[in-house]
Order: sequence, then structure tokens, then C-alpha cells
Amino acid sequence: MIRQRLDLPLAEDSTGRFLVWIMAVMIYLAIVALAGSMVLAGMAGRWESGLTGRLTVQIAPLPDQSVAPLAQRTEVTLALLRSTPGITRAEPVGASAAHKLLEPWLGNALLDDLPLPALIDVEVGPGAGLDAAALAERLAGAVTGARLDNHAAWLADLRILAHTAQLVALAVVLLVGGASVAAVVFAVRTGLAIHSPVVELLHIMGATDAYVARQFQTHVAGLAFRGGLVGLGLAALTLLALRLAAGDTPVGLMPDMTLGFREWLALVAVPLVAAALAVVTARWTVLRVLTRMP
Amino acid sequence: MIRFEDIGLRYGSGPEALRDINLTLEPGSFHFLTGASGAGKSSLLRLMYLGLRPSRGHISVFGHDVAGLKRADFPALRRQIGVVFQNFRLLDHLSALDNVALPLRMAGVGEAEIREHVVELLHWVGLGDALDAKPPTLSGGQQQRVAIARSVIARPRLLLADEPTGNVDDSIGMRLLYLFEELNKLGTTVVIATHNEGLIARFVHPRLHLERGALSVVAAGTPMTPPQMPVAPVLPAGLATSQSLSGSWLT
Repeated sequence: MIRQRLDLPLAEDSTGRFLVWIMAVMIYLAIVALAGSMVLAGMAGRWESGLTGRLTVQIAPLPDQSVAPLAQRTEVTLALLRSTPGITRAEPVGASAAHKLLEPWLGNALLDDLPLPALIDVEVGPGAGLDAAALAERLAGAVTGARLDNHAAWLADLRILAHTAQLVALAVVLLVGGASVAAVVFAVRTGLAIHSPVVELLHIMGATDAYVARQFQTHVAGLAFRGGLVGLGLAALTLLALRLAAGDTPVGLMPDMTLGFREWLALVAVPLVAAALAVVTARWTVLRVLTRMP
Repeated sequence: MIRFEDIGLRYGSGPEALRDINLTLEPGSFHFLTGASGAGKSSLLRLMYLGLRPSRGHISVFGHDVAGLKRADFPALRRQIGVVFQNFRLLDHLSALDNVALPLRMAGVGEAEIREHVVELLHWVGLGDALDAKPPTLSGGQQQRVAIARSVIARPRLLLADEPTGNVDDSIGMRLLYLFEELNKLGTTVVIATHNEGLIARFVHPRLHLERGALSVVAAGTPMTPPQMPVAPVLPAGLATSQSLSGSWLT
């Protein structure tokens, strides 16, 4: 790595070494928090886009002999749904597909013995203005054991969960950023105190405050960038390990840990943003301290 | 160039280190600054290179009243002043070349030009083979020459030197003073604080003499009264009776 010559012997300070590791830990935490937020947001987005405009009708298997068989009630329900204006598609979910959905939760052996409800997947045309409550009432009146699920409550909970997770991630990033700024301020103030005779000498020779500040900016940028690379590397290893660990888990139990190219790009930008923040903090600190000097 | 009016300087609540200093340095002048240790020579130089503000009085540097200057105005003035410090104040982590280059870098001179001028000057002061040497590896005399080269590299309008020949032998001391004279002939105003009466006697320049914080100007060529010294140094009683002190140690 190219090391720029500095008039102040900042590279010899122990504060530099501690700042690299502080920045590494901070950037690691920020990247992991951001990645977690992105995974949850992606999951919520995929579920929402998959469920918007979709309804599910569930017809319960009833042992009562006075009730028509499940298959017959399913046919009646399908006919009712297909004749309803605004519904573009109504198809029963096959037994094997229903088994596949429930298998991760209940296991294979148990499923064979359980009486499963019939499921009908319904698609509503965009802008159809379908009154789900009225349809649910009609279904309940026409078919015994039929129940309409429009996923509204589920989606609302999911939105709240995703937004909460994003807020938590944002809070973590802000806290980490604040701690990083505090660490840089401390390191710079310490450096200024240690090297005050050299700073005074530079001033006597005609250095401006900005010239002195640039010395610290260059030094801090290098430290923050090195810390950022370490933090990014550790975070990438962590995310990779999580992805590998989640690889064999059945779909539905765990969120998809895959991040897209743009998301990776955003994560890679974190060390750069952190380095920029550190540089601005260093400059602000030096100028603020020097302005108070005689 | 430099004007001091009724200047007084006090450190903290102590007595005045400098008092009632009235002084005008004309452009292109050359002065020696003399006085016993503790007379206030370094303090006077610090006021001149704007490293201190006086407790009272007015200082004008290059036509600017220092009291009316903002912080941002000082760097431009200080760049026109070269300073040789008594303890050199070189940056130990930088090479001789980088130490000398500092004033040029601050002035924004290009690296190629910096190297050319710095190498030439370091050769001139006899350090052509020590360009990349760090100050701790140089002798006291070599460090002093680096410090002097740093002070003159940017061709300052005012050159202030605090005991610039203190660590070099007379021949190099003369060579350095001739360098200052050459710069003086080119228009640089020079003030050199020194104890070296032998060197002062070889040059015809007025001297600023400080005694207990008060300044007097002595015309060129006027011999100074040697300071009254006791016949034998008076040692503290404890030291004088110490068995470990031999006669040879005192000589």
C-alpha cells in the first residue's frame, strides 16, 4: 500500500492502530445490520408482491355426514368464484402441492393421516374493486366450511415486521456511525495534543489550518479505509457463512439470504462512506481545535 | 519591515520578560541580537516571527498591524519569515530533503522544482550526501545546517536566527554567516541572535543588545564591554564540596 509522506509523524502513534480496529468492528456491524435489513425487506417485498391481488379459499373437511363431501363443496365453490365479476382465475391447489407447503412444518408421516382442507388459489384482476368481505359472506352462506382469506392481516404484520427491522438496522447504523465519529474525534484530538509542538512549528513556517487539517485527513482516510476493508471482509465471510448455513433449510422456514448485485454494491460502499465520514470528521475536529488556539 | 512600539511581554503573571521595546528594522538591514542568557533574545525573536503576541504595545510586520490581523492572515506573513531555531526543531521522521522542502510545500511549489532547489541548497551547505538522512542520524552541526537551509529555502523577506552557529566550528560558522550576508544583499532583512563575539567582530553590522528585557541599539563597530565575570565560578555549596568533582572536570 502506498504510504503518503506526512509532515506530522502521525503514523507512529498508537492511536492509529486502535482506530483501524475500531473502524473495522464498526463497519462490520453496519454491514451486517444493513444486510439483515435488506434480506428482510427483500423477503417482505417478495411475499407482498406474491400475495397482492391473491385470495385463498379454504374449505374445511367436515366429518359430519349431513354435509356434502369435500370434493363436491370444492366444485360448488369454484363455480361461485368463477362466476364472480373481478375474479380472473380460481384454481384448486392440488394435494401434492398442499403437502409440499405443509411438509416443512408437520412432517411427511403426519400429513398422510391428517384430513387436509381443500385450497383454492384465486386471482383478482387489477382494479377490479372486489369486495372481499361480501365475497366471504356469500361463500360462507353457500358452502359449508368455506372461508376466504385475503392475507390482509398477514401482510400488515409482515409490513410492520419489515419496517421495524429496517428501523432497527438504521438505528444500528446510526449508532455505529456516531461511535465511529467519536472515535475519530478522540484520535484526532489526541494526535493534535501529542504533536502540538510540530503543529506549532508548521504554523510558524506558514502552514494554514487547512494544511494541518489535510495531514490528519490523509492519515485518518488511510486508517478508515484499512479498517473498512477488514470490516467488509469479515462481514462478507459472515454473510457467506449464513448463506451456506441456510442453504439446506426448506423454503419458507428461513428468509432467502441471497443479496442482489445492487445490494452488494451498497454494502461495498459502506467502507467508502465511512472513510469519507472519517475524513470530514477529522477536518472538522482539527479546524475546530486550531481555531481555539492563539 | 518590522516596527515594535512600547512592547512589553509577560509570561503568565510573572515579571515582564521584555519591557518598553521600541524598534524599527528597515528593509534590507542586518542586525546581530546579543545579550546574556535569559535576557529575552528568544522571546524577542518569537515576537518577530509572530509566534507570540505581546502583553502590551503594537507590532507592525510588513506594514500590517499585528493586533488587527485575523487568524487566517498570519500564514501568508509567516511564509515571508525564515526562522532558525536554537534547538533546530527538525522533524525527526522526515529526511533532510523533506525537512528543507517544508516551506516550499506549504507555498504550493511543484515537487520537481522543490527537489531541484532543495538538493542544490543542501549541496551548498555541505550535506549533498545526506539528502535522505533522518535528523537523528546527523551530527549537531549537520542538523543545524539542515535547519538553516530550511529557513532560507523560500527566500524569506525576514530571516531570524537563534544561535545559528552554536554547534558548528568557526569555518562553517563563517560560511553560514556569509550565506546570510548574501541573502541580505539580495534584500532579505536579517536578525541573528548569537553569543559568538568572535564572529560578530568580523562583520560590520549594528547590534540589538538586550539586558534584563530592555533593548538598546549599538552601532556597528562599537566594542561591547565584556560581561563582568567572577574570577572563579561560584558553585553551589553542595557541589563545591563534593568529592566527585575533580579539577579536570571543571576545566
